[in-house]
Formats: sequence, C-alpha cells, structure tokens
Amino acid sequence: MFGIGVLKGMAVTFKNFVESYYKKERLTTIEYPEKRLAEKERFRNFPFLIFDEKPEDPRCVACDICAKECPPQCITIVRAQDAQGKPLKKPATFDIDYSICMNCGVCEEVCPFDAIFMDHEFELAEYGRFEDLNYTIDRLLKPKEHFMKIRPTDATRIEAELKKKENAKKAAAEKAAAAAKAKAEAAKTQASQVPDTKPETKPNEPAQPADPPAEAK
Amino acid sequence: MMEHTLISKPDFDTQTLEVSLGPQHPSTHGVFRMNVVLDGETIVKLKPVMGYLHRNHEKLAENMSYLGSMPYTDRLDYICSMTNNFAYALAVEKLAGIEVPERAQYIRIIMAELTRLVNHTLLIGFLLNDLGAFFTPVLYAFREREKILDLFEEVAGSRMMCNYFRFGGVKADLTPDFLPRVKELIQNYPRFLDEFEALLSENEILMARTQKVGVLPKELAVSASITGPMLRASGVPYDIRKVDHYSLYDRFKFRVPIGEHGDVYDRYYIRVLEMRESIKILDQAVKEIPSGDVISKVGAGFAKAPRNFKPKAGEAYGRIEAPKGELGFFVVSDGTNKPYRYHVRAPSFINLTILEDMCLGHKVPDAIIILGSIDIVLGEVDR
Repeated sequence: MFGIGVLKGMAVTFKNFVESYYKKERLTTIEYPEKRLAEKERFRNFPFLIFDEKPEDPRCVACDICAKECPPQCITIVRAQDAQGKPLKKPATFDIDYSICMNCGVCEEVCPFDAIFMDHEFELAEYGRFEDLNYTIDRLLKPKEHFMKIRPTDATRIEAELKKKENAKKAAAEKAAAAAKAKAEAAKTQASQVPDTKPETKPNEPAQPADPPAEAK
Repeated sequence: MMEHTLISKPDFDTQTLEVSLGPQHPSTHGVFRMNVVLDGETIVKLKPVMGYLHRNHEKLAENMSYLGSMPYTDRLDYICSMTNNFAYALAVEKLAGIEVPERAQYIRIIMAELTRLVNHTLLIGFLLNDLGAFFTPVLYAFREREKILDLFEEVAGSRMMCNYFRFGGVKADLTPDFLPRVKELIQNYPRFLDEFEALLSENEILMARTQKVGVLPKELAVSASITGPMLRASGVPYDIRKVDHYSLYDRFKFRVPIGEHGDVYDRYYIRVLEMRESIKILDQAVKEIPSGDVISKVGAGFAKAPRNFKPKAGEAYGRIEAPKGELGFFVVSDGTNKPYRYHVRAPSFINLTILEDMCLGHKVPDAIIILGSIDIVLGEVDR
C-alpha cells in the first residue's frame, strides 16, 4: 500500500523524538560553554614552548628545525646573541602566527630537543586580526608542569627519556672529568717521577730523552 | 548530445532561460556553480564552473618536504582525511620502497573503513537534505558520525584533520580503549543503519524522487572513468580493494555490492550496502589485529627528520578505494627532498565531469539531487 514507507519513517522520527528526552544514547549534545567534554589526551591544537625552571631559560635552543619543517611556515625564530655578538643557544624571538598555523603537530614531531608541544587550548579567538593572533615567546612559554597536566602519558615518557639522557650525559661528564683528573694526576706523577726514575719513556714522546738532562742541570 | 527543441506554438513564443546556480547557493555542496539553460523547468544545458576553492595544493606540495604535504592531504576531502593520508602514504612508500609493519597495516585498514562509514553516512544525510527532508536524516547521520570522529580524536589528536599516517606506518599506536570502543561501534552501527533504512529506504517520496532520475549507463560510466560507488551503482563490479590488492585487503572477506539501474536511488542504496560490508571488514580487522610496531624503523627516522627523506629518482602512483572512488597520488622524485611532481587524481573531480549528461532533460530540483548523489567535496574538486 502506498504510504506505508512514509508511516514507517515517521515512526522512526517519533521514536527518536521521544527518546531524545530520556535515553542516554540519544542525548548526544552538551551545552558547551557551561558544560565541557573531557579532553582527549592526544588532542592537539596550537603549540606551546616548554621551560624547565625559569621562563628565561626555555628548552628551545633556536635550532630553527621546526620553522623549516612547518608546512605553512608560520614559525619565525631569531637566535639570541650575547654582548660580543656570539650566538647563544636560546631564541631572541619565537613567533607563531595563529592565523597561519594549521595545528598539524609537525613541529612537535621534528623537535630534537622536546621543546615544543601541542597544547589543548582551543578557545583562541581574538579581537584583532594581526598582532593579537601573533603569539610571541612570552605567550608561548609554559612550564613543564602544564605539559604534565594536559598530557600525562607523553610527558612522563618524555621526561623519563630526558632524565635518562641527562644522567647519561652527567655520567659521561663525570667519567670524562674523572678521566681527565686521572690523566692530569698521572701526568703530574709522571712529571714528578720523571727526574728520578725516567722508565716510562714511550716511543712517541721524543722530547723526553732530551728533557731529563736539562732538568737535571 | 541530444539537440533540444523548444516547444513553440504559433501564438506562444518560448525562450530558454539561463540561470546560475551557485556559487553560494544553499543547495550546492560548497562553492560550486552550475550555469544551466532552462526551458521552463527542464534543463537543456548545464555547464559546471569550478575552481572557487583552488588553493594550489599540487604546487605547494612540490615546494615542501614529502611529509610536509601530509597534513595538506587532510584538507583535500575534509570528510575523509584518513583515506587521503592512506593514498599519499601508499604512493610515497611505493616510491621509496618502505615496508609497513603488519599492525600498522591493520590500523590503516580500520581507519579507512571507519572513514568510509563516516563518508557514506554523511552523504546519505546530505542527499536527503538536497531532497528537501530538511535536517532530520542529516542530524541522525551527524549523531553517528560524531562517535567515529571521537575515535579519530582519541588516536590521532584531531577530529577531522587527522594527519595520522606516516611513511612506513602510522604516527602513534592505538590507545588502550580504542579497540573496545570500535567493537562497541561494530555492535551498534548496524542497528543505526537499520533505523536509517526504516526511515528512508522504503519511503515512497524518496523513491518517487530518486528512482529513474540521473541514470548513468554502464558504458558511459566506464568511458568517463567514473569510479567508486557511482560506478558500482551502474552495475560495474570494480573495487580497487579487490582489483589492486593494496595493503592487506586480500585477507578480508567482503563483498562488493553493485547496482542495477544506475539512478540516484541505486547510488543511495549502494552506500548503505557498502557500509554493511565495511562493518564486516572492521569486525575481522579488530579480531585479527596483531601486536607489534606501528611504524618501521626507517619510517620513524624520516618522520623525525622529514628533510632527510630523499627517495631515489623515479615515479610512483599509489591508489586506494577511497569512499568517493579511486583516489590516487602520482609522485615523481628527482632525488631531492622535495617531490619534483605531485599530482592528485581526485575522485570527486572526475566523477563530476559526468554531471551534464546525467542532468539533461531533468528538472532543476533533480539536478540538485543528482549533484548530491555524485558525492563531491569541493576541497578535493578544486584542490
């Protein structure tokens, strides 16, 4: 009979209409500014720069890799210089233009120093079109606690890796220092030993045979 | 083309009327213009005007690293960014000879099939919007789509611009509760489809409006290189998942539904059937997914430093069965870290070329639903 399909369809809409008042799976919308969905940990929006202790010392070393890899080219970095004009491992300016940024997350992936990460902040509307949307370094810098808060899994992993690296570096430095110290001591003892014993002459030290007599004088 | 003769009586002089539908028209999908010549209500000529959303995608890609255009491929067909990523990754992997771990292949297939669900659900919703069933079906479609987008956000970090695929794998592993949620989705989605079909499939108004409208004959579809659900609705069993054996689609059991008449109703119904097949693939993939790496070592290295990625000189064409048809990326390398040539074979663009042939002789409102049934996204048409 003509019209059965229409009636069947209307039954579906009616069911949906009624159930949308009480059934949980039909109540899919939330009233946004008052209520919010829980943020997904991997959610990515505009990037931020991370600092460990003080905002004056960001982790960023101004290597310019993110600026070069950024697909829409929205990052501008100028390296800081000291009084003598020697480049420092620190950015003087680090600007990201939000009107260009497409939130792709490439900067975070390519950064070899774990200095830039994608943030969860998404309410970034501004009144101005140019200056207000250009994020300078003071607006970009956030402490590492913020990173830990928004993305605990990644943060824990990355911090652990960094710590490991740092420890390895420290250990290496200690080792190197110890080695240097030992070497210096060895040299010292050698030097002090040279006058009276002079047995450890090596073939690649041609100055030594000539030396003792001079010192003996 | 058939010559149209105006109905003229001795004391009744008729003229054709030229109307510009679009570019900003509530019933066109995006900024697309159709210059139609009308005889009364009947279309006698139709000229599509495209390019309003042209944004230089191919030239941009030739000026940045290979990975740099991955986020741009998201913006081609913004409804299904995962499949765009997939096709591009496939092309570049072919070019550079990168292997993909098995788990990554499974993840890719899961994502591609979820994307097919998103696209077809949304298409049916909007097709009904074009038909004048304002917003009831499209909102049901949106409700279901949101659930899949939530899954994408969970894994890739973004709902629509996923940027999830990398050469040699995917960006990150699945989150622990992803697979259980996909399983839940597989349970619930057929129920939604049943409901959707109860609402639409047998509806007499829908049938009256769509059957025998915009018929695309088999031969014309093949000679115009139409692909995807459009081609299959015309009765040609051609699915790149079956033909090309890309990724691991060989391992999955699924059928390729084909239509009979090639009209708008068939195009609607073929999408419903395809979604049911997609759910089957998802079901198998979720059960069989192995553990292991999600990106090969080589791929991970290049994802960290895209500027060092320099495939040796050569060319490759990677294609997949995207929800809209054959999506292909043609990449030519000259041995530097930027592609020498980069071309996108966009299914919506090529499927759109047949618009005039399908619309001739129909009324204006039929032209709107024929356009809707082609399933275009202007981001991909104009690039």
